[in-house]
Amino acid sequence: MTETSTVERKPRRIRLADGTGPVLAVLAVLLIALAFVGPAYSEPAGYLALLKRAAPLMILAIGQYFVIVSGGFDLSVGSLVTAQVVIAARLIDGEEGATLWVIPLLLVTGALVGLVNGLITTRLLVPSFIVTLGMLLVLDGAVFLWTGGSPRGALSEAFRVVGREGFEVPLLGSVPWSVLLLAALVVAAVLFMRGGTGRTLVAIGDNDKSVRLGGGRVENLRTLAFVLSGISAAIAAILLGGFAGVSAQVGEGLEFRVITAVVLGGVVLGGGRGSVVAAMAGALTLEALFSLLNLLGVAGGLESAVQGVIIIAAVAYASVGRIPFRTRRST
Amino acid sequence: MAASTTAAPARPARRLAGLLQPTVIVYLALVLLLIVGSILVAARGGMLLDQGGILNILTRSTALGLVAIGQTMVILTGKLDLSVAYLIGLCSLIGAETMGGDPGMIVPAVLLTLACAAGVGLVNGLVITKLKVNAFIATLGMALIIRGYLESAYSGPSGDVPRAFQHLGYARIGPIPVSALLMLALAGLAWWYLMRTKGGYHVYAVGGDEEVARFSGIRSDRTIITVHVLCAVAAGLAGLFLASRLGSGAPWVGVDAGYDLESIAAVVLGGTLLAGGRGGVAGTIGGVLILATLDTIFDDLGVTPFFKDVVRGAVLILAVALYARRRGLLR
Amino acid sequence: MVVTGLTDEAPAVRMRAIGKQFFGNSVLRDVDLDLYPGEVHALVGENGAGKSTLMKILAGVHRPDAGTVELGGEDVTFGSPRQAQAAGISIVHQEFNLLGDRTVAENVFLGREPVRRGQVDRKRMEADTAELLDGLGERGISPRTAVRRLPVAHQQVVEIVKALSTDAKVLAMDEPTAALADHEVELLYGLVKRLRERGIAVLYVSHRLREVFDLSQRITVLKDGELVTCTPTKELTSDQLVRHMVGRPLEAQFPDLADEAHLGRTRLSVRGGGNARLSGIGLDVRAGEIVGLAGLQGAGRSAVARAICGVDPFTEGTVELDGSPVTPTSPRSAIRHGIAFVTEDRKGDGLALRQSVRDNALLVRRAAFGRARGLGALDLAALLRSVTLVSRGPDQEVRYLSGGNQQKVVLAKWLAVEPNVLVVDEPTRGIDVGAKRAVYDLLRGLAREGVAILMISSELPELIGMSDRVLVMHEGRLAGELPAGPTEEAVMTLATGHELEAA
Repeated sequence: MTETSTVERKPRRIRLADGTGPVLAVLAVLLIALAFVGPAYSEPAGYLALLKRAAPLMILAIGQYFVIVSGGFDLSVGSLVTAQVVIAARLIDGEEGATLWVIPLLLVTGALVGLVNGLITTRLLVPSFIVTLGMLLVLDGAVFLWTGGSPRGALSEAFRVVGREGFEVPLLGSVPWSVLLLAALVVAAVLFMRGGTGRTLVAIGDNDKSVRLGGGRVENLRTLAFVLSGISAAIAAILLGGFAGVSAQVGEGLEFRVITAVVLGGVVLGGGRGSVVAAMAGALTLEALFSLLNLLGVAGGLESAVQGVIIIAAVAYASVGRIPFRTRRST
Repeated sequence: MAASTTAAPARPARRLAGLLQPTVIVYLALVLLLIVGSILVAARGGMLLDQGGILNILTRSTALGLVAIGQTMVILTGKLDLSVAYLIGLCSLIGAETMGGDPGMIVPAVLLTLACAAGVGLVNGLVITKLKVNAFIATLGMALIIRGYLESAYSGPSGDVPRAFQHLGYARIGPIPVSALLMLALAGLAWWYLMRTKGGYHVYAVGGDEEVARFSGIRSDRTIITVHVLCAVAAGLAGLFLASRLGSGAPWVGVDAGYDLESIAAVVLGGTLLAGGRGGVAGTIGGVLILATLDTIFDDLGVTPFFKDVVRGAVLILAVALYARRRGLLR
Repeated sequence: MVVTGLTDEAPAVRMRAIGKQFFGNSVLRDVDLDLYPGEVHALVGENGAGKSTLMKILAGVHRPDAGTVELGGEDVTFGSPRQAQAAGISIVHQEFNLLGDRTVAENVFLGREPVRRGQVDRKRMEADTAELLDGLGERGISPRTAVRRLPVAHQQVVEIVKALSTDAKVLAMDEPTAALADHEVELLYGLVKRLRERGIAVLYVSHRLREVFDLSQRITVLKDGELVTCTPTKELTSDQLVRHMVGRPLEAQFPDLADEAHLGRTRLSVRGGGNARLSGIGLDVRAGEIVGLAGLQGAGRSAVARAICGVDPFTEGTVELDGSPVTPTSPRSAIRHGIAFVTEDRKGDGLALRQSVRDNALLVRRAAFGRARGLGALDLAALLRSVTLVSRGPDQEVRYLSGGNQQKVVLAKWLAVEPNVLVVDEPTRGIDVGAKRAVYDLLRGLAREGVAILMISSELPELIGMSDRVLVMHEGRLAGELPAGPTEEAVMTLATGHELEAA
């Protein structure tokens, strides 16, 4: 052996997790382009508004990231968001006092749905794609069964504060509450992913057997990922309900949009690869793109076409050129 | 992992598992469902399997069956196709607009529609194999692109289907619609292709283990492209069938019925492994019939449509959990 | 330096002055190789010596940068496996290339299914497969069985039949016994003999020297991409062969054994341990001691390891750690009791290949202990130094490391939880000689620090050289115990179920 025994010589520097670079570059380009195209983006308020719009998707992206990086899918989040908003409206029905107990109830419901997803996936060994697809159908049906076809009731003012209002900060102007909430969640998610549990979650997506033999509770951690995804859907629902109001379409297509965002951030479907920051950057990129297209006067229809092209291009860019690596499929 | 397990001694459990081939389970479940359904409907003074009932079940099965046949082939290779729902809408429009009420244009319109569908499938296949984009992302991207086109070019139904072509959708022999027979014939053809031809063998090989297939000299890229083209053509046929039922093309006819996820559900319900390599068309048709029968029973019982979704989701998860258990027994 | 062939015939394959570079690294330089019909030609060398590259060039997977491959006097240098196959060269891969859900016949003819009137001619396919199996004297395998249901040895046969079905004149076998139990190896021996009789040239790549001596007529040794020697097998002793491979004598390969003064109290003690595969297991391992666990494949060695480490726990009997009874019912509980388990299958069980060295080294610590770890602070750099890991730093993904360094990462992740008992299953499988030595030193060093080590190895010299005591298993039971430095004969006698004659 001619190798020398050096372990670590380089000074430590801040390192971008793999796959983060491209999405941040694209995001930067988009943000700069926004400044040129839209007069609103000449000051912080414009970007804060963008963040406010993007917050629900970014929060969903955090939850979806946990599930994808540990090797699963969560297709139920879109329906879950709709369900949550509809439930909130029905329960609150314009009554301010109800807000206090409805919000925790939503969080618990979200966690419960995630728990069921996780338990069926890990204990009954059903692929998560199918489990969450089934959950999507169940939620869709159940909510409308309960409301009788169309959403009833109304949200309280207090409920809508987080999604709609802001607070004054010198220099920045009005900072939306949702942005503050988002910032808090970002910090929490980053800390979580740096900690032992987060790293173990990624390792599960890579090789769950090694984690099991290493003493990890694979089933519990996978279930935890689904629970976190469910909770993120609840939070997103609270923001969306406040922001956009009650409708039966509020969560429509969100599951695919959030998976798009996460994948755009360089997170690999099948697990084991990608960072949570990049997943959120993917979500923000998507929203920034929509804003830009809007400003450029591109018709609504093209918006989704562009989304389609971009997601394919992003993944193609990431996978072509990467050294092919032999992996055996795991069901 | 293809071949790492050692043979276990023959046990009663194995014999039981052998009896419980997914295809057998599916049809047993279908028979059971028909019996229970008949009793329930009879208890309300109706009759499930009268002429109208059979007609109803088969008509419902036709469009979904067509899509699901294609989807089966794609899933057998370990991929999936999320673009079929929008493609159906697109094809119904292409067909109906090209016909423009002129019976002489029927044949050209059908050919054009199927060619367009094949083109979409070809692009899907190429993106997956040459650009190495995960099938989930590639076909999701394609779905968004088609949606973008539909959104910007159409606001509602368009085109005109001549009466002669409408016969295809409504003509029947006794209680059995001609279109359903055509669908079953197509299923037979697909069965023959998968079970008897070289191409079909390669579909199973690629789904079983792509590496092994490649090492054995199979051009797996070609196989994957072929199934995507076939799947898209099947979706094109579904689009034409729906156009003949509606009398015109409708952009959202595929999406509103959720044919993308629904077809995947039917395939998986029919016992085909989502990871590929195992299953077949026979099971899929069983899965489609079960879904259609459930719908018909609920209609006859006057249950709200929302309840259907709930049952559907639950049935899907339960069925796959059952198959997973069965595979566990075989291990 | 080509040695005249064993026959007067022209070689089936003549490779001349083969050179190959990957990313500027020269992996083969000026290598010659002749394969004669009816000859088993062994190709040996350390990992990274270039064996598999040479084999892949033969099989058309890689194209050589220099040199030629001649077949019957013609330059044929292949561009794809398909071309090589068409020319009669087949390869039996180390990992099985079979589809478990398909039948034997479907696997054998995979990609080359005979077609009649547009349909696959299933009958002919099955008949031809049966004939091929018959030709090899394998009548116990039905062409219609799903491969999944065959025992591993039969799967290997199918793999070989598949390679032969292309009318192969030349068959390259890459570690064909890697997945076989010892009694199954016999089956392969017979098969290889019959291949020879049929005039097929066999290129046999193996790490197992015994097989090389048992089967081959000539041996080619590669080292660092260059040809060391090509010699008739009869003219070589195994010491000479190892020297050719390693460039140094076999002696001084193992660190010194423990002396009595270093041995502490009993750390691990099993009494009457049994489960579905084991019965009446009783063993003790003392602090500072390395106990070897010998036995044929399938005798239950790994089952003992898995039972102690809570993977497939004992259902009867007791396990004591440092004198107090414990019941490791899961890997997690075993680890929390201070038991570490270096598994046999490094890539499948041991490592998360796409994660960094750091994340793998910390994996057990994080997975098994969580927040309340009750472990001291960890100096990662020191840990990695202690296992003499060579890497581009803790951020490198482990899949880019050599087999030896990957194994060091596996050891590091267990050392990170400071185990009292270390169970190692085939710790040097598939790693080269230099790295083996490092692993031996590491294990011995741990023992000196008071760790009790139970070591399983199929390589008897290694097991004997490393163990302070050897326990021998036979059919799920302990057949006997031997003191340090037993003879191979003594171990094999016990392992095959015989009594040792009273000394």
